[in-house]
Amino acid sequence: MALHSCDTLAQNRQARLGRARTITGGKLLRPEQVTELLEAIIEPGDRVCLEGNNQKQADFLARCLSRVNPENVHDLHLVQSVVALSEHIELFERGIARRLDFSFSGPQGGRMAKLVGSGTIQIGAIHTYLELFSRYFIDLTPRVSLIAAQAADAAGNLYTGPNTEDTPVIAEATAFKNGIVIAQVNKIMDEVPRVDIPADWVDFVVESPKPHYIEPLFTRDPAQISEIQVLMAMMVIKGIYAEYGVQRLNHGIGFDSAAIELLLPTYAESLGLKGKICSYWALNPHPTMIPAIESGFVKSIHSFGSELGMEAYIARRPDIFFTGADGSMRSNRALCQAAGHYACDLFIGSTLQIDLAGNSSTATIDRITGFGGAANMGADARGRRHVSPTWLKAGQEAQGRNSSMPRGRKLVVQLVETFREHMQPAFVEELDAWQLMEKTGMDIPPVMIYGDDVSHIVTEEGIANLLLCRNEEEREQAIRGVAGYTPVGIARSRSAVENLRDRGIIKRPEDLGIDKRLATRDLLAARSIKELVRWSGGMYDPPRRFRNW
Amino acid sequence: MEQLEYEFDGAGSLRQSGPAVLVGVVSSGNLEVLVESAELGGRGRIVVNTSVRGFGEIWQAVLTDFAGRHNLANLLISINDAGATPAVVSLRLDQAAEEFYRGEP
Repeated sequence: MALHSCDTLAQNRQARLGRARTITGGKLLRPEQVTELLEAIIEPGDRVCLEGNNQKQADFLARCLSRVNPENVHDLHLVQSVVALSEHIELFERGIARRLDFSFSGPQGGRMAKLVGSGTIQIGAIHTYLELFSRYFIDLTPRVSLIAAQAADAAGNLYTGPNTEDTPVIAEATAFKNGIVIAQVNKIMDEVPRVDIPADWVDFVVESPKPHYIEPLFTRDPAQISEIQVLMAMMVIKGIYAEYGVQRLNHGIGFDSAAIELLLPTYAESLGLKGKICSYWALNPHPTMIPAIESGFVKSIHSFGSELGMEAYIARRPDIFFTGADGSMRSNRALCQAAGHYACDLFIGSTLQIDLAGNSSTATIDRITGFGGAANMGADARGRRHVSPTWLKAGQEAQGRNSSMPRGRKLVVQLVETFREHMQPAFVEELDAWQLMEKTGMDIPPVMIYGDDVSHIVTEEGIANLLLCRNEEEREQAIRGVAGYTPVGIARSRSAVENLRDRGIIKRPEDLGIDKRLATRDLLAARSIKELVRWSGGMYDPPRRFRNW
Repeated sequence: MEQLEYEFDGAGSLRQSGPAVLVGVVSSGNLEVLVESAELGGRGRIVVNTSVRGFGEIWQAVLTDFAGRHNLANLLISINDAGATPAVVSLRLDQAAEEFYRGEP
């Protein structure tokens, strides 16, 4: 005999479904029934996941939730990776939601900071993606999840299409802990092209009046890549990718890393590096990867999400991408984050601010932006045991001669120009994240990549290899030594920096044998979106905003 | 507009005069650099016309480092700047000097 009732969650689930039956007898909902259904099903204080990815958004369900009566539905605790929509913020302004655990809030960062400051939003924590998904299975399991898919059949089987993203991990955590899963789909079909989420994980389905929003977050127009970015990309390819033989990697978003992608078929090829670097990727299908793929540089790409316009191209390149029986891609943010963390030897990305210990942050005083994928990709995987030449070489450099236990480590590269736009220095004595912490009452400053995880910093002035630094003072001078004409860079000790240069800890373009006259846009494999389309044989179909023809 | 002028010692031997070199364009965030031979008694002169006022110290630092990387003896360098970052200025100057000397440092 059980001392405690052990199926309260199941009973509660049945009670919620019972209330729903006054509104609909089956799984399929009409759009106008959704707000009423949400009021019937959701209880005050519920943990709710309102699927917000960094691309796909359950935007119709978000709008419906923002319209419920706050007297009936209030004090919700939102647990979702991305807070991107105006409706997400309105939930807090209207008192429907109170507490938030999340990862990334890009476009709403400014409003978020204000509402946190006034106490309207209570933040539990800003997580890395894997950390938040992990907590779905420990102490942040959603009671109700509102998710987005491409299509459903009448039974409720879901087809997510290429932008699978967070959906599997959300649906699994909710469905297997007696929660309720509601999906918005772009269309109801007799038969879905493939089943991404099985029907018995899904309680209700609504065909949304408009297809869900998808942000083309990873498209960078080559026309906007600068010569400085070309120069830095040359340094990365010759000074890091070739030097360590980097075969398995992840690139962050941005023009800096897009420049590297567009230099693979030209500059890297001219150095004889095809087949020796950049074969295996954890990466969204960046359009700027098309020339490298078509040139035979790339063997495999697994993706967190998809990218608008790349669908047909991906479907015709199943050797490279992970595609289903229907031909279209299946992405998975949780699995790709794990892959990037454990199975890649290098992460490279940009940031807004780097301090003298190498800590980096994208937070500014009036914006809470969170982390995105860089935090998991840009951290040494302490749980890793398998060996690669790249990992071992980095580990040897980091350990020096005085360690008896051989161990490798990940290359984590920060790629920044010393000044951002409006002459804002990228190198600072103190990160703005500290002030943001004070202002919003956080326990720790929101640091995207910790300094002790960073192996290299690359600027237009050169490469600083932090692995080879033997104490904090050397590390600080190595960072100052590539910080250019920022106040941090000007305050360098010239003699210390020259000493680091003699020891190969700092390398200038001329130390790497790079001819700066080659650092022009002519070195890019494609100089415009239209040239990317041409490289793809017409299969890449860029979103309208990227077309000027 | 602000005009700034700097002079640097050349590294001894007087250079043979070559054809003038012009690189870059005057567009937002960019600059134009003209390198030409001039009779300057073995010194080098750099004249900066910039659309952004108040960065004299950074210009001084950028140009001093540039003069450390190249022999500016009897060179007149004219810069028309439209708000380029120090990174762009350094790259453009190096490109212009390397072009002027055609690889000869």
